[in-house]
Amino acid sequence: MTDVASGGAELSEDTPAAGESPVLAVDPLLDDPGIGIVVCCGAGGVGKTTTAAALGVRAAERGRRVVVLTIDPARRLAQSMGLTELDNVPRPVPGIDRSAGGELFAMMLDMKRTFDEIVEGHADPARARAILDNPFYQSLSAGFAGTQEYMAMEKLGQLAARGEWDLIVVDTPPSRSALDFLDAPQRLGSFLDGRFIRVLMAPAKAGGRAGRKVMSLGMAGLSLFTGTIGKILGTALLRDVQTFVAAMDTMFGGFRARADATYRLLQAPGTAFLVVSAPERDALREAAYFVERLAADRMPLAGMVLNRVHTSGAARLSAERAEAAAEVLDARKNPAPDGMVDHPAGQDAGAGPGAGPGVGSGVGAGVEEDADRFASALLRVHAERMRQITREERMRARFTALHPDVPVAEVAALAEDVHDLAGLRAIGDLLAS
Amino acid sequence: MSSSNSARTRLHVVSGKGGTGKTTVAAALALALAEQGRRTLLVEVEGRQGIAQLFETEALPYEERRIAIGPGGGEVYALAVDAERALLDYLQMFYKLGGAGRALRRLGAVDFATTIAPGLRDVLLTGKVCEAVRRRPDGGGWAYDAVVMDAPPTGRITRFLGVNDEVAGLARVGPIHHQAQAVMRVLKSAETAVHLVTLLEEMPVQETADGVAELRAAGLPVGSVVVNMVRPPVADGLPPAGDPSGSDADRPVLAAALERAGLRGTTALAGPLLAEGRAYGRRLALEAAQRAELAGLGLPVRELPLLPDGADLAGLYRQARRLRDLEW
Ligand SMILES: Nc1ncnc2c1ncn2[C@@H]1O[C@H](COP(=O)(O)OP(=O)(O)OP(=O)(O)O)[C@@H](O)[C@H]1O
Ligand SMILES: Nc1ncnc2c1ncn2[C@@H]1O[C@H](COP(=O)(O)OP(=O)(O)OP(=O)(O)O)[C@@H](O)[C@H]1O
Ligand SMILES: [Mg+2]
Ligand SMILES: [Mg+2]
Repeated sequence: MTDVASGGAELSEDTPAAGESPVLAVDPLLDDPGIGIVVCCGAGGVGKTTTAAALGVRAAERGRRVVVLTIDPARRLAQSMGLTELDNVPRPVPGIDRSAGGELFAMMLDMKRTFDEIVEGHADPARARAILDNPFYQSLSAGFAGTQEYMAMEKLGQLAARGEWDLIVVDTPPSRSALDFLDAPQRLGSFLDGRFIRVLMAPAKAGGRAGRKVMSLGMAGLSLFTGTIGKILGTALLRDVQTFVAAMDTMFGGFRARADATYRLLQAPGTAFLVVSAPERDALREAAYFVERLAADRMPLAGMVLNRVHTSGAARLSAERAEAAAEVLDARKNPAPDGMVDHPAGQDAGAGPGAGPGVGSGVGAGVEEDADRFASALLRVHAERMRQITREERMRARFTALHPDVPVAEVAALAEDVHDLAGLRAIGDLLAS
Repeated sequence: MSSSNSARTRLHVVSGKGGTGKTTVAAALALALAEQGRRTLLVEVEGRQGIAQLFETEALPYEERRIAIGPGGGEVYALAVDAERALLDYLQMFYKLGGAGRALRRLGAVDFATTIAPGLRDVLLTGKVCEAVRRRPDGGGWAYDAVVMDAPPTGRITRFLGVNDEVAGLARVGPIHHQAQAVMRVLKSAETAVHLVTLLEEMPVQETADGVAELRAAGLPVGSVVVNMVRPPVADGLPPAGDPSGSDADRPVLAAALERAGLRGTTALAGPLLAEGRAYGRRLALEAAQRAELAGLGLPVRELPLLPDGADLAGLYRQARRLRDLEW
């Protein structure tokens, strides 16, 4: 690109300052037929689910056949997307404009169900029953650390394998660290395939492959170990665990391999990661870790969505000047003659329509005073907003200094939560603008 | 709720949605209790060294160590429970098996118990905390007058605290069964109170309401709601949200007032300022709705203000002073 032509033009307000990040072009990303998977990652509560849903709506209304895999969406958002049941299959989202030829499906991840489905798909019916009915499986399978991440990856793998969609938008589980999405599945996969679980199984399956492995650890280790486990867990529980593990035997090798396969899918060029963040210290620190990790693992980062950014249409008026102007107005009314100081300025008493200036009242000192009070209040609100903007810019500058090349799409903070299609479209517009 | 009840609370469990200020509030509460003269233990269970960061000290070892002395002479001790060490303690305490640690670690059992299976980890962590609550050196008085736990978030708290009920059901006899029952007795007693930290926003408030319902259903004692990061009102005299005044029809009047304030370019300012005023009004209305929702929970609600410079050490002590004068 040559910028020479614009040289000499007046510096407008939105001329990028030195050191500012490139802009993430969202629409070209969504339209790119080479992109089949978009993954929204980030720290807890920053807007991953909202962003994933908004991208899904936008891509569908721009003509793509899209499925959004959401995880734990807020109840009202789920309802507005027609996700009233957790049935673990994609459902068409009503109310999407299909005139461009696109379509939107959405689903909520049910991790227990996904786990059950893996069992059912990989064990013969009798074994599958034995596993699903096992109390150990029932109380622990959904609770393993990383189950949600593992099952999200698993579901993504399944959706991708079906080949029915142009674009899969993936939300990631709420977790303090964005890295969990990448790490947890492999941790769980290697546990499920690992030595410990085979050792547990050994007594139930004497002489088998795993049994020999245990023997090689030495008899002393073995007797100490099974003795210990028996004492700690109680024999009935140990029996449950062993039956569970024995029944899972057919699946050994499978968990690790599946986690690895999905991981490779994420490294493929058809995948684009978006790291979502809020302009806050902790969230941006997580985002920075995540960006570094993606680079280390050669995973394709498309850019960062900086969500809930505060903006002002009157950014030229600084917090200090707004504050000072408010004080000028306050001083105008305070030393006023008796009677006028008593005007209740509280929100209750002064909150009638009369508190606003100019509404149906005549011209006079009282009106002018009301207008001053109103203007002073607005100036203080503005000053607070400007201070917030300054704080956010400081946080953001730290990230930009570390990762100047990461493209950023800013999304303004809306005054209210996002829980319907209109809200999602608004977020989509902000993302793309 | 009644003061006679809360006067007996010895275990304060501080939970709440992620990032709402659990660690900060737990630490401030421990300081507040110490200022009332109580010997207090502040415990963290998530292995993040949040207490050390907050108090600007080096990482806490797995050992109770004094980190502050209140003006009233009360002391705050801190402990970062480490699940792996707790497992070895546990084996030693109940089975005299401290030496088995290496063998177990080699097999991946320690990893399993402390990272993969949160249920087992939770048994160890709650067990350790209850041990501190019940400890009586030499059979005399309590080792600590109060224990404050920086606990897992609302989404996991009921399962975390209730894990020993599950264990007692799975292991129906034996020492594990008895230990699990003993822990549940402490957690469900009037000595325990679970406090939930929230912000005045829709999602955290909803999560708080769900959390309270879950805790109550599990028979766990809910203490109070702590609303954190409350923003003081910026300005009086704004029309309420939805009021037609404050609409764009007011632009000329506002521009004139801004002119009187000595500002220039006031016609261009008026529109954006009105929009910001409306957004502010909507936020206040939203906050009022959240307050009403919280009031409906039938619990004491405590508010802590937003600290403009974040929760540094000075801010932490300021919050502690605010909490000190309340009934806990
Ligand atoms: N730009 C925005 N303006 C206003 N509110 C927003 C915006 N983006 C998200 N929100 C709101 O913020 C809250 C958190 O968003 P969301 O659930 O998408 O976050 P998340 O990252 O998925 O959280 P979790 O980590 O808990 O899954 C929701 O109530 C949502 O409506
Ligand atoms: N009243 C307050 N005013 C301003 N900042 C605050 C306030 N309380 C907490 N903070 C800040 O908010 C952030 C989150 O607080 P804290 O770590 O206590 O939350 P948490 O709930 O323990 O988080 P996590 O879920 O990650 O454990 C910290 O940066 C802290 O300094
Ligand atoms: Mg989410
Ligand atoms: Mg914390």
